[in-house]
Amino acid sequence: METTIRGRIWKFGDNVDTDVMAPWNTLSLPWEERRATVLQVRPDFVEHVRPGDLIVAGRNWGCGSSREQAPENIKLLGIAAVVADSFGRIYFRNCIAIAFPNLACPGIHAACEEGDEIECDIRSGRVRNLSRGLELRAKPYTEDMLAIIQQGGLLEVLKQRLAAAAEGG
Amino acid sequence: MRMTMAEKVLARTSGRTTVAAGDYVTARIDRVMCHEAFTLCALSLLKLGVSHVFDPERVIVILDHYFPAPSEQMARGHALARQFVQQFGIRHFLGHAGICHQVLTEQGFIRPGDLVLGTDSHSTTYGAVGAAGAGIGLTEMAYVLATGELWLQVPPTIRFLLEGEPSPGIMSKDVVLHLAGKFGTEVAQYRAIEYAGPVAARLSIASRMTMANMGAELGAKFAFFAADEITRSYLGECSGEPASLFGPDADAVYDATHHIDISNLEPQIACPHNPGNVKPVSEVVGLRVHQAFLGSCTNARLEDFAVAAAILRGRKVHPDTRLLITPASQQVYLEATKSGYTEILLNAGAAITASGCGACPGGHNGVVAADEVCISTTNRNFRGRMGSQDAQIYLGSPATVAAAAVAGRIVDPREYWSGTNLS
Repeated sequence: METTIRGRIWKFGDNVDTDVMAPWNTLSLPWEERRATVLQVRPDFVEHVRPGDLIVAGRNWGCGSSREQAPENIKLLGIAAVVADSFGRIYFRNCIAIAFPNLACPGIHAACEEGDEIECDIRSGRVRNLSRGLELRAKPYTEDMLAIIQQGGLLEVLKQRLAAAAEGG
Repeated sequence: MRMTMAEKVLARTSGRTTVAAGDYVTARIDRVMCHEAFTLCALSLLKLGVSHVFDPERVIVILDHYFPAPSEQMARGHALARQFVQQFGIRHFLGHAGICHQVLTEQGFIRPGDLVLGTDSHSTTYGAVGAAGAGIGLTEMAYVLATGELWLQVPPTIRFLLEGEPSPGIMSKDVVLHLAGKFGTEVAQYRAIEYAGPVAARLSIASRMTMANMGAELGAKFAFFAADEITRSYLGECSGEPASLFGPDADAVYDATHHIDISNLEPQIACPHNPGNVKPVSEVVGLRVHQAFLGSCTNARLEDFAVAAAILRGRKVHPDTRLLITPASQQVYLEATKSGYTEILLNAGAAITASGCGACPGGHNGVVAADEVCISTTNRNFRGRMGSQDAQIYLGSPATVAAAAVAGRIVDPREYWSGTNLS
């Protein structure tokens, strides 16, 4: 599987929490109604984001709630990956579980400007800012995390586990 | 063996004699808690042809975030949850007994050294009785419900040694807000916390729950207090079964140890829009308050009712302010009533709701409007958390909230109360 993701970036700051990614009163709305409410700390974002774009963020991206709709909403907007200085831990785990690449890369926020093009390899953790000729190192996923992402998420892993158990009798 | 509490729990649950910070393990889960998220987890599992859980004895389902149902849609979610509880053979359905973390703890479901995963980020609260509690999302929970296990990284542990003599008017909420302000909301990111030291050793389980709960706001995976005689006594009363002591090895290795002297600590306030934006109350005094909220898994227990009643006895809620109170559980509500606290609070003009998460996550029971200020005993003051994106949420102790309700503005609660729950 291709592990390199390349695209232009949208930049966010520190401590962007799950409640602004997925406000509580929107959690059970259908996606068409939810879409406009995502990340309204930047009202221009939802309107102009394009599938394949990436997000670069500061520290503690996704801090707060265990609500999985936070990363799910961002994935549904078409964001290919998020690269942040650091992450809220439950958000980070949820991303692995739903097969949405997010890389912890200290220093990335300072190394990018809005609209830069970056390329990241989720296997090696190499992150390159193509617009500025900079290269950084993200903390790479473990083989197990990568396997979950490459299989399409934890429910796919479960499906295969159940199938294997059924075959095994 | 040189293990922290987190390492001990994850060694046992992964079938190893020892683990160290940084190891990855597949752990067997002792207790599994689902709130309303259970409906969505069950739907995911049914799609895969799964209609049972790994062990019906270990799974607990409770409805707290949206009880009583505020809309037809939520009522339908609850109806489905009840249907799936039957279908999946869940033995422990706790209905609307209150907020998940309070109810599971007070009903004795959580034991020292347990590994507990819940569909709620404040599952760290179980650390108050020496358990490793962590929040997970829907997909991971679906996997856990089916298999009983999950991959976890063994976290390094940081230790807060709480020392000194508290001033009157200071509560455990002030101490944990102080930690968030001093060390930031990432101090325990990807780590576990152990609260220890002479002040921690004196705290009631309720006060410990407040600090373990806010461990989530410090970034923590788990937030422990050692299970000591106070824990044994509490759990003995709750469950009628003796609990074991549980703590770290004497030579456990910590990522960091911070000595916190609380001697001259002022009441603390987290200002919008982050729990780490903390100031001493003296810097916020005078701010007009529209809503005062005493509730949530952080602070709405019996001892918090006692403080609010002490402050509101013979006084009235300010006419320009509303005081909303949501007990942490029906049991707390009953005990507060038997103790006479609810009568005092009602006489003062408070509105008391059914127990549950209430106004905290902004779903119902006290949503705030644009340009309103809410002072709250909850754990998060993120933008839009309790309603409007343009509301301002301040976090403080139950004493601070009750005093603000009387004054109609943020005041130093020590003008109204000279107790403490730290000793």
